[in-house]
Amino acid sequence: MTEYPRILAAGDSAIVVEFGNEISPEINGRIKSFSDTLKETKIPGITDIIPTFRSVLISYEPVTLSYREIIQYAEKLLKKVNEVKNEGRRVFRIPVCYGGEFGPDLEDVAKFAGLSVEETILLHSEKPYLIYMLGFLPGFAYLGGMDSRLAMPRLKNPRLKIEAGSVGIGGESTGIYPMASPAGWRLLGRTPVKTYDPQREVPILYEAGDYIQFVPIDREEYDSIRKRVEEGTYECEIAEYSE
Amino acid sequence: MGVLFHKSGLMTTVQDTGRTGFQKDGFSVSGIMDSRSARIANILVDNPEHEAVIEFMLVGPTIEFTFDTIIAITGGDFEPTINGKPAPMYTAIYVNEGDILELKFARTGIWGYIAFSSRLDVPVVMGSRSTNLKCGIGGFHGRKLEKDDQIWFRAKKLYIPSFLSRTIPEDDFSQSEKTIRVISGPQDDYFTKKGIKTFLESEFVITSESDRMGFRLDGPEIEHKKGSDIISDGIPMGAIQVPAHGKPIIMLADRQTTGGYAKIATVASVDIPKLVQSREGTRIRFKAISVNDAQMEYKKEERAFDKIREIIHRPCREVIEPRITARRIMQLFND
Repeated sequence: MTEYPRILAAGDSAIVVEFGNEISPEINGRIKSFSDTLKETKIPGITDIIPTFRSVLISYEPVTLSYREIIQYAEKLLKKVNEVKNEGRRVFRIPVCYGGEFGPDLEDVAKFAGLSVEETILLHSEKPYLIYMLGFLPGFAYLGGMDSRLAMPRLKNPRLKIEAGSVGIGGESTGIYPMASPAGWRLLGRTPVKTYDPQREVPILYEAGDYIQFVPIDREEYDSIRKRVEEGTYECEIAEYSE
Repeated sequence: MGVLFHKSGLMTTVQDTGRTGFQKDGFSVSGIMDSRSARIANILVDNPEHEAVIEFMLVGPTIEFTFDTIIAITGGDFEPTINGKPAPMYTAIYVNEGDILELKFARTGIWGYIAFSSRLDVPVVMGSRSTNLKCGIGGFHGRKLEKDDQIWFRAKKLYIPSFLSRTIPEDDFSQSEKTIRVISGPQDDYFTKKGIKTFLESEFVITSESDRMGFRLDGPEIEHKKGSDIISDGIPMGAIQVPAHGKPIIMLADRQTTGGYAKIATVASVDIPKLVQSREGTRIRFKAISVNDAQMEYKKEERAFDKIREIIHRPCREVIEPRITARRIMQLFND
């Protein structure tokens, strides 16, 4: 049996701190607590931190920080890491215009789930999804907690291009495409919000450990929010998580 | 005023030491592939070592200078010429407005670099001038350079101290067999004993499917215990992934931030330049070393850089030994 947490070398300039070997909200909570503390501690020599489903990759500069020193820091921080409560975490309320030209697969997904289109939208948007990790594309959030009835497999023939802001389902996962990209996901709708903007001081809205909740809007509201987004006057609503 | 591209070359981009700090959001680091060559180029023209350079792959660009500056060309041997006459590599050289620098197909190595004392005027995006091709950000409009593109300079630096001393021996990338040192893990426990033995005792060959994202190697199949898939985690520079087909893929500058294949080992930082300058067909053997040894090598390489800085700042022989200079000048008169 492997004991967690454990620290492994990933070459001479990075270590991996593993918290488990499964995807769970508890492990995600410990990872969030660990990487938040690590960021606050501001250890000189650390160049990058990547929190993922079950581990944190810490890159460092070996002249400033030796392997032994970084392990000592990590071990000290691990002692401080507690079970993190989900209460009070940020919930980004992301408006989504479901169906129509933005959601060409909505009806197929509803059929797959054996639900009406309205029920499908409600099921997809009724509870917040936990962001386990960002990766694959900048700002692409791996979300957990989708109702398994909606877990429709990906398209056999991926679309060559879907627009930024597309919201869809690929198997057990759901999420938002931060930029235009080829994709095999089933598209349910689109958000007018720019979840990724390289010109913004914080290019990506959210981070691992936050929540995303989709809020259904109509086309008129989509256009009005989109206009405010373009003008730079729109701010995404952020709520506090409660069980 | 700066540089105008007459020919783009194969894969010519602006790169610096990379965009760190945003990997948590899914942004690749990007940045120079061969950090040693790029750093040397910057040192030769008296730039900070993280300054943006032009990087090119296999086929170099042809560039017209639209302003005087000082440049240094390093990396593989691209047989540079200025106005048709051979120009030295690993040496600071003056170029004048209207000069045309031509770089050919690399005789050795893969990556070439040009550093400019007058510094490239491309915007800093999220802390870096590196081109991130996937996101279309950084560098020159987030893309590779094309014919007729012009990059301006943002400083007009035409004097650098100890100019005549700014030359060092060229690195040699011509070997067809190389030993690359690696540190085992982080997922070496996903491989059978036989798999690890195959990895460390066989020869692998660099394939043509090698680029800024990663180098794919061919060779005997590396055996997994049960499957190659892990729950996705972070990928450091030089990580060696082994997917189900059993052939190693070494993850490099444009790698994605996270991935789901087991990583058998990670290339020692000091050996990455040697690896990335290896042409298709180069035979590679991996040698496992400890993290501490790899860090010792890292520090040794830093001391080697101190030495380079020392050499190029040393007054040149003409200045130290005036008698030689006098004799040369005499000769000029005698002729």
